[in-house]
Amino acid sequence: MSELIQINPQGVTGKNYWRSLDAIEQNPEFVQWVEREFQENASEMLDNGSRRNLLKLMAASFGLAGAAACRRPVEPILPHAKGLETVVHGNAVHYATAATTGGAATGLIVQCHDGRPTKVEGNPRHPYSLGATNAHAQALLLSLYDPDRARHVHRGANRSSWDEFFGWAQTALSPEQAGSGMRVLAERSSSPTLEALRGEVAKRFPAARWLEFDAVSFDNPRAGAEMAFGQPMEPHYQFQKADVVLALDADFLGLDSVSILPVKQFSAKRKVETPESAMNRLYAAESNYTLTGAMADHRVRARASEIGTLALALAKELNVSGAELKVLGNAAGVSDKFVAAVAKDLAAHRGRSLVIAGPRQPAAVHALVALINQALGNTGETVVYTRPVVAESAASLKQVQELTADLNSGKVTALFLIGGNPVYSLPADLSFGEAVKKAKSVVALTQEANETWNAAEWRLPETHPFEAWGDARALNGLASIQQPLIAPLHDGKPAIEIAGFLARGERLSSHDLVQTYWSAQWGGEAKKRWQKALYDGFVEGTEYPAQSPAAEITAVLAKVNGELKAAPEGWEAVFFPSAATWDGRYANNAWMQEAPDPMTKLVWDNAALISPASANELGVKDGDYLAISVNGREIKAPAMIQPGHADKSVSLSLGYGRAACGRVGQGVGHSVEPLRTVAGFHIAGGATVRKDGGSYQLVTTQEHHSMEGRAIVLESALATYREHPDTFEHMVHSLPRASMYSGFDYSQGYQWGMAIDLTSCIGCNACVVACQAENNIPVVGKEQVRRGREMHWIRMDRYYTGSEEDPQVVTQPMACQQCENAPCEAVCPVAATVHSPEGLNDMAYNRCVGTRYCANNCPYKVRRFNFFNYHKAIEETSKMVFNPDVTVRMRGVMEKCTYCVQRIQEKKIEAKADGRRTLRDGQVVTACQQVCPADAIVFGNINDPESRVAKLKKQERDYELLEDLNTRPRTTYLAKLRNPNPELA
Amino acid sequence: MADLAIDPRMELNPPLVQGGMTYADVTEKVAAITEQAPPKQWYVVFGISVMLAGMLFASLGYLVVTGIGVWGNNSPVGWGWDITNFVWWIGIGHAGTLISAILFLFRQRWRTSINRAAEAMTLFAVACAGIYPLFHTGRPWRAAYWLFPMPNEALHMWQNFRSPLMWDVFAVSTYATVSALFWYVGLIPDLATLRDRAKTKIRQIIFGIMSFGWRGSARQWRHYELAYLLLAGLSTPLVLSVHSIVSFDFAVSIIPGWHTTIFPPYFVAGAIFSGFAMVVTLMVTARYVYNLQDLITIKHLENMCKVMLATGMMVGFAYGTEFFIAWYSANPFERFAFVNRAFGPYWWAYWSMILCNVISPQFFWFKRFRTSIPVMFILSIFINIGMWFERFVIIATSLHRDFLPSSWGYFSPTIIDISTFVGTMGLFMTLFLLFLRFLPAIAISEVKGVLHHQINQQKGGAH
Repeated sequence: MSELIQINPQGVTGKNYWRSLDAIEQNPEFVQWVEREFQENASEMLDNGSRRNLLKLMAASFGLAGAAACRRPVEPILPHAKGLETVVHGNAVHYATAATTGGAATGLIVQCHDGRPTKVEGNPRHPYSLGATNAHAQALLLSLYDPDRARHVHRGANRSSWDEFFGWAQTALSPEQAGSGMRVLAERSSSPTLEALRGEVAKRFPAARWLEFDAVSFDNPRAGAEMAFGQPMEPHYQFQKADVVLALDADFLGLDSVSILPVKQFSAKRKVETPESAMNRLYAAESNYTLTGAMADHRVRARASEIGTLALALAKELNVSGAELKVLGNAAGVSDKFVAAVAKDLAAHRGRSLVIAGPRQPAAVHALVALINQALGNTGETVVYTRPVVAESAASLKQVQELTADLNSGKVTALFLIGGNPVYSLPADLSFGEAVKKAKSVVALTQEANETWNAAEWRLPETHPFEAWGDARALNGLASIQQPLIAPLHDGKPAIEIAGFLARGERLSSHDLVQTYWSAQWGGEAKKRWQKALYDGFVEGTEYPAQSPAAEITAVLAKVNGELKAAPEGWEAVFFPSAATWDGRYANNAWMQEAPDPMTKLVWDNAALISPASANELGVKDGDYLAISVNGREIKAPAMIQPGHADKSVSLSLGYGRAACGRVGQGVGHSVEPLRTVAGFHIAGGATVRKDGGSYQLVTTQEHHSMEGRAIVLESALATYREHPDTFEHMVHSLPRASMYSGFDYSQGYQWGMAIDLTSCIGCNACVVACQAENNIPVVGKEQVRRGREMHWIRMDRYYTGSEEDPQVVTQPMACQQCENAPCEAVCPVAATVHSPEGLNDMAYNRCVGTRYCANNCPYKVRRFNFFNYHKAIEETSKMVFNPDVTVRMRGVMEKCTYCVQRIQEKKIEAKADGRRTLRDGQVVTACQQVCPADAIVFGNINDPESRVAKLKKQERDYELLEDLNTRPRTTYLAKLRNPNPELA
Repeated sequence: MADLAIDPRMELNPPLVQGGMTYADVTEKVAAITEQAPPKQWYVVFGISVMLAGMLFASLGYLVVTGIGVWGNNSPVGWGWDITNFVWWIGIGHAGTLISAILFLFRQRWRTSINRAAEAMTLFAVACAGIYPLFHTGRPWRAAYWLFPMPNEALHMWQNFRSPLMWDVFAVSTYATVSALFWYVGLIPDLATLRDRAKTKIRQIIFGIMSFGWRGSARQWRHYELAYLLLAGLSTPLVLSVHSIVSFDFAVSIIPGWHTTIFPPYFVAGAIFSGFAMVVTLMVTARYVYNLQDLITIKHLENMCKVMLATGMMVGFAYGTEFFIAWYSANPFERFAFVNRAFGPYWWAYWSMILCNVISPQFFWFKRFRTSIPVMFILSIFINIGMWFERFVIIATSLHRDFLPSSWGYFSPTIIDISTFVGTMGLFMTLFLLFLRFLPAIAISEVKGVLHHQINQQKGGAH
């Protein structure tokens, strides 16, 4: 391939070797042949998301990542001629770093095997991770090795180099040349180094503008704070202090939060150790059914555009202003009784209650919510404010409007598009893709060859966050230094190096830029503090001070009243980030594409979610095309009926239907971006929705959503449980445990077991993706999922209870239960699945011949069969993502969860080497447990009565799933509790 | 034979061989088939069969090279058409041994005209069945020998003898071995007849070797009869055991719809039912093509219809019992499994099964239908189809919705599923046609035994 036949690669000295006459003549066809990363037929493989194509492209793509091998080393590489104390071949090394969402950092610990990152974990010492991550952070790993990433500098369609680019930029981007016509549009960033560099750029180019935009925007809460307190501020909710929470269209446990901290805080208030334990109460009002709605003790359906109405009604009920308040009536479907009961409950918990609004809600709603919290005495208690960590934090839509206007008026000479994918994600009414063409020169720095890349003249590959130095602040200002885990796989550079060039006109390495910045901050102790910051994963003492501003209630209410209008008639279209692709940045990430949506269980697609009643009215069923139009803009998207969705509202997830994407994500799903405008960026009122011709195949991993009256997820109200702690015993049918055999003596050594607290589990998928990363689980593609062949070892079962219109949701993570009387073990003819003395239901992959009898006989259906060779023809570099501690299974064998037996073994070996005899409780953590932001999964030695898991299993809520089958699973569940308000019962 | 017509005993009990055949006629009639060029129809049918068999091997090749995913199997339906076809073919293989062994022990002399072909059918059906347990595994190149209890470097241990699949291996291989022996021992005197009639050197040599030096001496006959009796005694429990053990694959599991103690007798009855249906299908055809109406008489066929009626009723009774027990057990999973069977997504398979297996044999209550060749031919096809659906219903519908509704699914076959199944029919027909062409399809020596009895009777009647 191309790496073998370089046409005069840069920096080559000495003889110029040639391979053919074409090569020496630089025949244009030949040049093109070399330039094409994927030869003609290869690049046309993926026309749909079939398994076969997916595998081909995963394999080919991973393999082609090997192009990295032909880079000329710039920095000296020294072999470890002498062994290093810290580096033992085969042992993992862990480094602290950080990743950002919406500009805000979450601390990570990345595990590296022999120099390659193999697993992402949360940094337990970082206050916004506390050891956990979300699914997207897990998927960063696969994105790193994504073979479709942008590799080389291009000018137009032609291959170029950084030297050429910087050479061009030296003159074209001098203050004299570019001058006032320079614009930079970047992703949201909280990097202190970048902030400093921006300052320098502003000095060097006084008339230039640097603006930031994210398709998934968190501007509105800050804008709301500006409305209330006079300056943009970042609200920080303290769920761990709140006994009563009202979430207004706020999926704070899911996609409406930039970190998993709210989940940690919220679930800490739902750890019911004894029937006497306290538990918080959550009310949710929302249009779409989100994870937060699923956790709510009371959830009401309300259209997103009527949340303001609801907030006003609540404010009135709480008598926030002390005077008569203009209200807009009541939100459709929300009863006065509900508002009154919630208000009463909130008021009864002054200082310990919390009202929050989601980032889709307009600033006025956030301001009103701030007033409500102030009136409830919550400010300073359950909500505090800091200055925002991102610059010009509340005005990105206005700024991109100005930018487009400048572009259209021909004012822009040089446009820098740094990160993100603005051509795809900017509001459609700006026609940014057209406007960009009017700039004299456009430079794009992107990780993949996306829509923005294609629109630029200079196309620069950006590094993955794990490939370059950087820094970022967590939401509260705490700074982290991002350290690279691997040298750039391709010829990429990070954003700060571009910024550094713009600021100083010279090429500086990201390491130098970041270190210089922090050395200046630290002064004399720089070296020591640098080491400590890298070790800790954050820079101590950089948090912003928490503030408790007070708003002028009457004045702010007048503003709010002026802005809040009754919801327009007709339909509303609401835009959500995708749980899989976010804003489209994970579109080429097969783990995320195949991770089922937490609520709809949809894979490899998005859909227009509507309520059952609306579907009836439109006469559509799942998969029928809808034509959705707002102000003359129209899209087609397949309908999907979401029980519990608000009527006359359609939820659309961003990040699909990408026109220019890698082979995984190209054309997957339907783009809803053409419907998004500046005015209707989050919620577009006055929409029309009608049935369109044709239908589309939507594939889900779960097709049946009712428990059929079976005792699967046991659930009760906290009050009932208090009164009758044995309430769950009566819900299951237990049989006397008689056996003809004496049974194995398990009294010695370790006995592994797991307890999963269904009261805490929010059903977020982090465990599903973490397990996939840890255990080398293949991705199979949409068509194979349709056939029921998904490979996830842990699946997130989701059931609806109650009416179709207004159901409740329960989730249940389901992996191998490690049954003591395992039905699978008895039926395997070749003893490929057997019980270990530590109680694990082991899989001996080498023995398996693949009769699938074990899977048939598994009542939990957690066994996964390799119907095809999902790892066929993987080239060397594609193996880099694999965990070397776990076998990569071949075609024709069965696989399943093993309680991360490789981690158990690793810790046992460590303990043995340390000379200790036994493992401490909590020393072995499974991948799902480690990542779980809700701490719902606890694993450990059940022989040790002091272990956390043994204590949980003693709780009265503990039950075995399908107990009457006498499989005696080692994973048990703690029954779900809700804490409903008796007044609303 | 005009005097026979007035014999009242003959009215009630018509002779097993008709047309006034002599010993020489029987030999001539049966042996000639193997000695002459076959009729044109044979070539046509054989050509089609070989092509279908070729399709089988192509499908299996594709399967082995690509993976089980080329079939429709999935999670939760780990077994689909593969094991359905396995059980179906094994069931078909039941009639041969039943006719040969059990009817022999019960001195049912009417079996003589049909036992040879039925035994051959058994062997070929078992051969077809044997394909599936091997090829349904994910790694057949391992399963081919790992499933046999012999020292083996890779496993480093014994097989798991608790697994019903191991029992299957033993049951089916024993059955195949004993059936082959029984069939071959029965062939020996007839092979000697063919040897004696052979006009070419090659036939002389081949049949000379195959007939093991048979001379027909009284001493040889004595040994032979004893060996045959012993093999019949050995085979008889196998008829019951094979399908009982096949049914354990399901009964031993914990899946509602599988976990049922009624399975062994129910499966055996079903196997005999489908086996007889297949014998009727084939014998009616062979009888027509080779003009064997005198040897395979309406009486034979009518008896087989009676067996089908009886076993069909047993199977129907079993269906009812399953439902009753599901209700009576008060186990919600069991109840659901059976309601789902009849009214769930696979209702069409269930009602096809009821139509074919329970309703269609009821016609055999009437002598008019029992003795009508077209009716019994059509009904036998129905029963073959119905018994296939029975296995499909048991396997796929029980698996597709078991305990946790979150993992419920649906199975639909792929083109490779279909080509594999149709291909096994091609293989079966190929083998059967070769058997008809080269070996005596009717047991000459045994028919002569009946004829001898008949001739003596006639003599007594005439005088």
